[in-house]
Amino acid sequence: MNNVYAWPYANEFGQRETVRSDVLVLGGGLAGCFAAIAAARKGRSVALVEKGATERSGSAGSGFDHWESACSNPCSRVTPKEIAEAYIEEQDEYSNGIAHYIECREGYDRLLDLEDFGGKIRDTEGLFRGAEFRDEKTGLLFAYDYTNRFTLRVWGTTFKPALYRELKRLGVRVFDRVEATCLATAGSGGEKRCTGAIGMNTRTGKLMVFEAAATVLAMSRPARIWLFNPDLVGLCEFRPTQSIGSGHAMGWRAGVEFTMMEKSVRGEFSAAGRSFPPYGTGNNHNTWYAATMVDARGVEIPYVDRDGRELKTVSERYRPAPGQKFFLKGGVIDEAKYPYRGPETLDYDELMRRGYKLPFYADLSRMPEMERRAIWGLMVGEEGKTRIPILENYTRRGFDPEKHMLQSYGTGWQSASFLGQERQLFGAPGGIMHDWDLKTNLDGLYAAGDQLFASDCCGFACATGYYAGRKAADSVGGAEREKVDPALIDREEARLYAPMLVRDGMNWRELNMAISKAMQNYCGEFKCDELLNEGLDLLNSYERDSVPLLCCDNPHELMRTHEVLDILEVARLILNACLLRKTSSAPLNFRRTDSDLTDPPQDRAFLTIRQENGKAVGGRKPLRYFGDIETEYIKRNEAYIAERDARYGSR
Amino acid sequence: MTVDKELWAVRTPASARPITFDSDRCIGCNRCANICQVDVFIPNPEKGKPPVLMWPGECYYCGSCVMVCPRQGAITLNHPLMNRAKFVPSRRPEDDPVC
Repeated sequence: MNNVYAWPYANEFGQRETVRSDVLVLGGGLAGCFAAIAAARKGRSVALVEKGATERSGSAGSGFDHWESACSNPCSRVTPKEIAEAYIEEQDEYSNGIAHYIECREGYDRLLDLEDFGGKIRDTEGLFRGAEFRDEKTGLLFAYDYTNRFTLRVWGTTFKPALYRELKRLGVRVFDRVEATCLATAGSGGEKRCTGAIGMNTRTGKLMVFEAAATVLAMSRPARIWLFNPDLVGLCEFRPTQSIGSGHAMGWRAGVEFTMMEKSVRGEFSAAGRSFPPYGTGNNHNTWYAATMVDARGVEIPYVDRDGRELKTVSERYRPAPGQKFFLKGGVIDEAKYPYRGPETLDYDELMRRGYKLPFYADLSRMPEMERRAIWGLMVGEEGKTRIPILENYTRRGFDPEKHMLQSYGTGWQSASFLGQERQLFGAPGGIMHDWDLKTNLDGLYAAGDQLFASDCCGFACATGYYAGRKAADSVGGAEREKVDPALIDREEARLYAPMLVRDGMNWRELNMAISKAMQNYCGEFKCDELLNEGLDLLNSYERDSVPLLCCDNPHELMRTHEVLDILEVARLILNACLLRKTSSAPLNFRRTDSDLTDPPQDRAFLTIRQENGKAVGGRKPLRYFGDIETEYIKRNEAYIAERDARYGSR
Repeated sequence: MTVDKELWAVRTPASARPITFDSDRCIGCNRCANICQVDVFIPNPEKGKPPVLMWPGECYYCGSCVMVCPRQGAITLNHPLMNRAKFVPSRRPEDDPVC
């Protein structure tokens, strides 16, 4: 078989295109699309840059199944402030109160937008008529807490194509297959401002220069820092192959301030090794909540409420305990604190003591029909990477939820047991520090979605995307668009193209493997200054000695190569952030062997970090720096509130 | 700054075959190649033939390529053998004489 192919796209290395817009959006996932829509609605010219194909790109490109914290939906019995405050408490105040409140307050508005664009958010056909999770008046379907009704089940496979159509309708210029690689800045110190970005077409190599008065960073959180498999690269992490944190990397290079970058958690997903396809094993979390679980003998595993009371019916799994107002479930909620803890299957150790036998299974055949169809067919089917990979694939293999039970692996929803040094940026990880406008420390630069610190779900991405887009658009009024510095363009072009000019050099996989191994060795479960400094020294030696050896033959491989250079950058950002925190912290999953202290009062703060003249510069902000979330939000969003109320009626 | 060399690509094998085509059903429209956010395909040099899966190891297994395909069964997604989760007929304790 011939394995060598002539490159099917044009060779445009050396060509340059300059694009000018009022607002530039980097990243075409949910957050980026909504940022662009918000800015376009305000009459701004908008350019959106996406490395993949916007119609299906991003972490939720192929779908998502539930929308958390839609507290302003007409059936909700909780307020945005109640739920946002609960998250802040649940995360020991290492929480993004600003972004969470925006999600709780505006998330449902974005769902209504999605419906306007052609997305499906309610059961219009009556498929679940009569189910206790369906509101008969609106057709909205709820997940988790059926009493308080603030998380919605949605048809997320319809969302990205709908958003893409709306972008086109609004005249947003979408640049697919363009990898943003460098933030352009002008000025220095506290006067530094963002003037746009530079990037490269990933099929042709053409250099792209974007000049804008305001820029929104809406790219992925970092990945493949600790976990890498050179064979099954696309399965190393939970998020898409190319979503590796380039926004973090270029932000770090440009002097953007980050926080919580010292936080990482023991791995939860890597289907290249220890785990299985996400949502593709028997479990009872997230998409699969609250599936009936059984042991190897077919003995049902009891659900208990927060007080240990065994629940007798399926319906009770979706209700708060006696005396409890509401409970939290969802992407970043693992073992919630007592006030917010919802029903859960009996603790694993207790099950072992009582003689339950492994393996466990999810057995949907024992559930009421509506609940079974909601999990298998709606949730599994609409969640990202489930329509084809799970629903269609398993059905083809003969799985029938009325007849079969699906095996669990390990003891939790991650469906595997990872080692302590196999880490991921998961569970509300670090990201960009920002103010109430979602503005970064650089003038003209805003951030949204996974780019923000302590981000979580799709509702968070959509709500913060729209908010950042409208704030960026508002800022454009008096702002002059500046030219991107030609010297910077030349430098970035030389940096980008360098691996194309090397012969018989190193492949990007070798460097990624080395970085991941180094991070497992020097930035694993246990940290101390000596280890972290050794790690930095090693990564700096990779930069000095190995990066110049990287080589590739076409723009696709060049894109992959620069992704690994971004991973190298982020790994050093993480090591530097770890060096700044001198004591252990339970909420940050941060354990030091060279300190006896855990969360001492003087260290309970957001430690910030940015790069200036090649050096890491630390800072700190108090927890709850954002003030009273409702008061501060209202103060800054009166126009939006009035416009929103006029459109959808006041709350 | 130009890159004055011929551009080419070598198909990079992986231990898994995430995507297979039925060349009798595929019409070579390349919609799968154009929707893939990871860009693992290139169009077949021969018009009308299925795209070439150049980088199977980079596949993210999202299934967007299958969703966009206009011809049922022309393109199929398969998990690596090690990732095919096991399922068995549902059983109750009373089915099992040991219990």
